[in-house]
Amino acid sequence: MLIVESVSCVKQERCLFEDISFQVDAGDILQLEGQNGAGKTSLLRILSGFSMPEQGRILWREQDIHKESEAFLDELLVIGHKTGVNGQLSALENVAFWSETRGYYSPENTYELLAKLGLVGLEDMPVRMLSAGQQRRVALARLWSNDAAIWMLDEPFTAVDKSGVKLLQARFKEHLQSGGSIILTTHQDLTEHFPELKTLTLEYRF
Amino acid sequence: MKKHDSYWRILSTVYKKDCVLAFRQRSEIINPLLFFLIVITLFPLGIGPEPQLLARMAPGIIWVAALLSTMLGLDKMFREDFNDGSLEQLLLSPFPNTLIVFAKIAAHWTITGLPLIIMAPMFAMLLNLDSTAWNATILTLAIGTPLLSLIGAIGAALTVGLQKGGVLLSLLVLPLYIPVLIFATSAIDTSAMSLDYSGQLAILGAMLAVAIVSAPFAVSSALKVSVS
Repeated sequence: MLIVESVSCVKQERCLFEDISFQVDAGDILQLEGQNGAGKTSLLRILSGFSMPEQGRILWREQDIHKESEAFLDELLVIGHKTGVNGQLSALENVAFWSETRGYYSPENTYELLAKLGLVGLEDMPVRMLSAGQQRRVALARLWSNDAAIWMLDEPFTAVDKSGVKLLQARFKEHLQSGGSIILTTHQDLTEHFPELKTLTLEYRF
Repeated sequence: MKKHDSYWRILSTVYKKDCVLAFRQRSEIINPLLFFLIVITLFPLGIGPEPQLLARMAPGIIWVAALLSTMLGLDKMFREDFNDGSLEQLLLSPFPNTLIVFAKIAAHWTITGLPLIIMAPMFAMLLNLDSTAWNATILTLAIGTPLLSLIGAIGAALTVGLQKGGVLLSLLVLPLYIPVLIFATSAIDTSAMSLDYSGQLAILGAMLAVAIVSAPFAVSSALKVSVS
């Protein structure tokens, strides 16, 4: 579905990676690995279309993601380092706002969803009052309220506790089984076994 | 997942969120108004309270104060969304970015421009502006403040990626505000002399029409550059 053709990235006159090519198909999960500063986030930003690669191109269903961006964005879910959760709004409002801007009707089962994520009783509190892990869980609620085909997750497990990591991985499996694909960066190894797991290691270059 | 593809829904969702946030942190609404009031009350103290002198200077004072108080909230228009990552999420929305940007600009105007228009007669009275010029004051503010928000949004979008974009923002935006200032004050002056001021209003209206059509495109391109 997603084909990456000889992509290179140069930042501040330092070549982060060169000539990377790979393919992500339905049901694939790709883990990007590498030291701090190796360019995992930069690659993810290029894949999601935020930055332009120095060279190369990225195809989504055989079409360039910058030329046919609407079709690509319709099927893409990105959760970056900055999660896009507003601290002044409550968890409920955050989930509803995000869904609406993605074109979904605000989910009716938001309370159940937040309960599943361990946020019972915190639904109406401004999110800035919650702990870092709980704030991240509010952002990760999106994984249960979308029908995007490809997920790009930058360090989804940061600040999330063990039970949360387990819950997320269970959701990953569901998504893969329904024909979706996932690209994620993480420093921790996935605790569950994913038969479809591919890894791409970026070397730190000077 | 049930999907909608209503542009109106997107507009109102983004607009409502920004307004709700502004009402929760009331300072965003009160600060520009307070600033406006302070400037207007300080002028008579500085130049002397002669009614004729004040009335002569009132259009200029009101409009300069309006420019500066709009500037106050400008930097915040995209800053918070940029910092927490919401801006990225909004740009990733499958809907046209211009629509989202337009909703944000409209919300900014509701928060900073609309209160000024409502309070304008009081400020005009404080400066002893002739009551025949009140209509012109309100009309120029009603056409001019949306224009200020639209032009300012371009500067705000260009500087949102910079750590300290505040000074650069004023340098970028204030020169573009000058035509608005000239025609608006001229309209109020003309109306104080009981003459026809529809010419100046028409020019302001034309500028507003051009800005409504073109500014959202400029802002969304600028945001894409700032985010990348």
